Amino acid sequence: MAIDSITLAILKGRLEQIADEMDATLFRSAFNPIIAEAHDASHGIYDAKTGDTLVQGKSGLPIFVGVMAFAVKAVIDKAATQGGLNEGDVWIFNDPYDGGTHLSDFRLVKPIFRDGKVFCFLASVGHWHDVGGNVPGNYNPAATECFQEGMLIPPVKLFDHGVYRTDIVDILSANTRLPLSLYGDLNGQINALDLGEKRMTALLDEYGDATIAECLVDLKARAAELMRARIRELPNGIVSAEDFLDNDGIKDEPLKIAMDLTIEDDHMIMDFSRSSPACAGPVNISRSTTIAACYVALKHIFGEVPANAGVLEPVEFRIDPDSLLSVTAPKPVGGYTETILRLIDIVFQAVAKIAPEPAVACAYGTINALSLAGHRQNGQRWVMFSFFGGGHGAHGGGDGLNHGNAPISTATIPPLEILEAAYPVRFAKWALRQDSGGPGEFRGGLGAVYEIALREEHADVFLFGERGKYPPPGVVGGQPGATNRFAYEQADGEHTPPMVSKMVGIHIERDQTLRLETPGGGGYGKAFARDPQKVANDVRLGYVSAVKAETDFGVVLKADGSVNSMETDKRRSGEDGR
Amino acid sequence: MKKPALVIGVDVGGTFTDVFVLDEAAGTTTTSKVPSTHGDQSKGFIEGIASRVERFSNISTVVHGTTVGTNALLERKGARTGIITTQGFRDVLEMRRRDRPTTWGLKGAFTPVVERPDRVEVNERVLSDGSVLVAVDEEEARARALDLASAGCESVCVFFINGYANADNEQRAVEAVRSVWPNPYVTAATEILPEIREFERLSTATLNAYLQPVVSSYFDRLETGLAGNGFEGDILIVQSNGGVMAVDTAKRFPVRTALSGPAAGVIAATEIAGAAGFDNIITCDMGGTSFDVSLVAGGKAALSAQTSIDFGMVVRTPMIEITTIGAGGGSIASVDQSGLLQVGPQSAGSDPGPVCYGLGNTAPTVTDANLVLGRINAARPIGGKLDQLDVGAARAAIDADIGNKLDLSVEDAAEAILRLANAKMAGAIRLVSIERGHDPAKFAAMPFGGGGALHAGALINEVGLGSALIPRYPGITSALGCVVADMRHDKVQTVNQLLDQLDAADLGVKMNADADAMEAVLKSADIAFAGIDHLYELDMLYLGQTHTVAVPLEIATSGLDREAIRDAFESTYTIAYGRLLEGIPMRVMNYRIAVVGRRPGLDMNLFAPADGKPADECRTETRSVYANGQNWAAPVYERLDLEIGTMLKGPALLEQSDTTIFVDPGLTATVDGFGNLIIRAED
Repeated sequence: MAIDSITLAILKGRLEQIADEMDATLFRSAFNPIIAEAHDASHGIYDAKTGDTLVQGKSGLPIFVGVMAFAVKAVIDKAATQGGLNEGDVWIFNDPYDGGTHLSDFRLVKPIFRDGKVFCFLASVGHWHDVGGNVPGNYNPAATECFQEGMLIPPVKLFDHGVYRTDIVDILSANTRLPLSLYGDLNGQINALDLGEKRMTALLDEYGDATIAECLVDLKARAAELMRARIRELPNGIVSAEDFLDNDGIKDEPLKIAMDLTIEDDHMIMDFSRSSPACAGPVNISRSTTIAACYVALKHIFGEVPANAGVLEPVEFRIDPDSLLSVTAPKPVGGYTETILRLIDIVFQAVAKIAPEPAVACAYGTINALSLAGHRQNGQRWVMFSFFGGGHGAHGGGDGLNHGNAPISTATIPPLEILEAAYPVRFAKWALRQDSGGPGEFRGGLGAVYEIALREEHADVFLFGERGKYPPPGVVGGQPGATNRFAYEQADGEHTPPMVSKMVGIHIERDQTLRLETPGGGGYGKAFARDPQKVANDVRLGYVSAVKAETDFGVVLKADGSVNSMETDKRRSGEDGR
Repeated sequence: MKKPALVIGVDVGGTFTDVFVLDEAAGTTTTSKVPSTHGDQSKGFIEGIASRVERFSNISTVVHGTTVGTNALLERKGARTGIITTQGFRDVLEMRRRDRPTTWGLKGAFTPVVERPDRVEVNERVLSDGSVLVAVDEEEARARALDLASAGCESVCVFFINGYANADNEQRAVEAVRSVWPNPYVTAATEILPEIREFERLSTATLNAYLQPVVSSYFDRLETGLAGNGFEGDILIVQSNGGVMAVDTAKRFPVRTALSGPAAGVIAATEIAGAAGFDNIITCDMGGTSFDVSLVAGGKAALSAQTSIDFGMVVRTPMIEITTIGAGGGSIASVDQSGLLQVGPQSAGSDPGPVCYGLGNTAPTVTDANLVLGRINAARPIGGKLDQLDVGAARAAIDADIGNKLDLSVEDAAEAILRLANAKMAGAIRLVSIERGHDPAKFAAMPFGGGGALHAGALINEVGLGSALIPRYPGITSALGCVVADMRHDKVQTVNQLLDQLDAADLGVKMNADADAMEAVLKSADIAFAGIDHLYELDMLYLGQTHTVAVPLEIATSGLDREAIRDAFESTYTIAYGRLLEGIPMRVMNYRIAVVGRRPGLDMNLFAPADGKPADECRTETRSVYANGQNWAAPVYERLDLEIGTMLKGPALLEQSDTTIFVDPGLTATVDGFGNLIIRAED
């Protein structure tokens, strides 16, 4: 007998609560701020045979929702060659080619047994603070092989029949600059899995294995049905979008990410064949990461589709095996965040061409992984590593959010007071960036300006950013936001990195300053259609300068800041009507 | 002259103002419910008291749970406020912690309560170790203050980076501002919250400044109005932390009233349950759009350090922890495109409200389901706004939107809505109990307000709660809470030192001195206390972690030492996470002090039904109620007429003017010695 839909709805809530509680456990107990504050982690429940995502926590990093299924599958395949899975096993690995993302993300996968058979998997992924490699914090824009990015651990057993393998922990600890942080995060992930198993067992005991098993199958079928229904609402046809990465950090040449999107009734084809081939630097990604990124973009547009593998059933992916979207070892993948942000941007752009109503313009599109590293007077090593914010894209209902987080993440930025207390730095500025939001009938959100001065004798600075040459596009006639800009001070004056927003180990000295200016979001609709009163208000608030109000929005203001209607009309009718 | 003997609790809600009058000399209580007066709540407030009290000079104390602050925040109706801040940091308030309102979908927006031109900068800088890199330019501070004053600001918040480590620059700037702009509404951020984390401190302090003129003038009107009627006693205001403060303190720290109303309800629930022998309860407040739960363990309400009133409106002061989910009486049921039933988060609220209100909504809600299943009396709607509910319209809506799509009868569809709504509420209860390591079997659900009592029984079954306790007057719980709340002041100060480097003795001396100063404030209110407690906590963590654990601490008469701190941390950490992390240094981030003046308890026997009647005599009708897939002939009782010790088997309905109670089949309900109804599973 099929499970009744009311019980199903109730169980869906119960299962999601288990995944959410696993998230919360790790966030509270993790050591490194990337997990504890930025929530760069995720937990879920996965299919016993295929590894498909069945349920995933709501508070973890969105990108992992799509990618974890591949990680669980990697463990299933590896275990099959090693005598199978045992009760009490926990597998650990960070191989990005076999489970997506980059080396910093360590996955723990635990089979849950019922009556001697695997019922499902629980998994935990978290971004560790440092996993070795050439660059502290592991964003190495000059890497040409994954070996320069950090240690690569294939799926191995951390627990074997319930026995903790301290030799594995020794290997991990020996390959990081921050063993204390690693130890704390690893413990947090184990705690999360233990808790998940306890809750899952209680739920299975309460409802019976057969009911839950049926529920998991049914939830997947319904997720697929829901997605088909959403695709059916889109008009049939083919649209294309393309966008570019500045460079791969090795050679200063743009890389194309292109998609041809076909809608055929309740079926969707995402064809990336026209994208650039694999590159030498670390902006390659694996096929599983590409699929996961598309999933994130679709879920942003069609908010209510669940975190379940069924959502991707009606979507066909065409990814050339030679492309930078489908690489294998040892191609470097450390900067995967930049490439998946670009993928999300082109999905947004393509969908806007056929469905302007749910569309959103592109967000700032780069995480700007900035690390400063050095030694204190007492010889102790310090590494400050953080991601920075920017503007969100505008949409048909309003302007973009100022200073938001990246679409692939729900990360918050650490308080600057915490950073100043923990590291020898002083922020000189932490402000919104004028004129950075893309002009449009609805304006893109503003990016930010951060200035950081060094308070120790020396430090090395590393940056992994994008959008230095190709700004975040607008949609439905909207214009792009401002590009990313980075500058650093040295004895002979101010410099910008040769690779625009990527650099390795630039040396700075006491009181020298770094300045990061992040992109705003793209605009929505034609800028000349923006209500002149809103433009005047933007100028009053300092979001837009009076000069840009005139050149970008065609709005001329009087000396008192009010709209000069006659001059504005003249200007707006005379131009190309943007 | 006789000492004034009346203590009065007043809770002003959106619809009604509830007044609870305790006559300490006579040992009697009375209550009153009058319509709230919008625009100026103090009018309804005084009318409510006047409806029960002849001579205001007989009142010793008025205790008030207020939503004036909460509403001003939610409706953005605070005063125009200016911010004077460190050069380079005027956008901290607007940049938040780089978050967004929802994980999925990127259409969020945020408007800060202070516009950008009203956020101005001065040259100054303090470093994280408290050293002053640039002394504040007082001349510049005065000039900026005059700019803000001439722009039309009514209040101002002075906020400097790292002020928690050294507030000297901030204080000097505040004095500079006051020297040219005599204004009672000048707030130094560190006066409100001397804690590390710039956005949280600024947001809390700014919201305080934003509320000050509005809330102060409300309290002024209240004082004037009461005095005009001959009142000469004290006015106390309920804080979000569940304690009360003197009205003068409330005028300085209005942000502490952000959750004043709900906190009063939780305090009352704690007191009522405690008297009835229940130290562990989960309070449930079901409104039109939401379901709020709070956990009380061992007679103490759980507190949280911070909450968001709205996206980006962070208030960081200790407050009763209230977990809210989007499942209320007005929550809308629907079937999604994959055929799965949904309840909420969309809600019809209370206006237009459920379909059965007949005010324009046609989408079926939880209340409609309760009505269709016979659990609500169509001829006796609670709340007093309507005379009659439209059962036919509710049935039609459930049939069209749910029954037809899921191939269920109207009754089965309605029951499905309730099952899912109950499951969501159960999820909220699991979140505050099981997820915090509490065994739900040891807890009782305690609904207050109008809606929760229909669902309390189902929650027993769904989560495995031990019982449910329905207070005698769920509708006036918050007003009662005002009368029994203790007086309480909280303080936090960032320390940010490794335990190994900490001068523990000096820290102990500082904490004691702070507590003594707080006790002096407490005593200045001229209120009688049964006793005064000092509660100490340290926020601690292992080096490298960012989340702290709150470590309760005793300061021995011999002073504080590192070993005592270490032991306290390790025992707290073990409870929270299971295993200690050997060899990793510990850090003391903040200290927290609460000074609590315990007010004399209220004798709950005052509520005991004096002349109750046997169940048969209280029975008003028999109604057909649909539950567990079948019809039942359920007796309906007039709840307040039942005598002590009455035991009723479910299914049964109990009605009173401010709530309806459903005893599910398989449960029994007993009237206890205080007039509470205790619902349990049959043995």
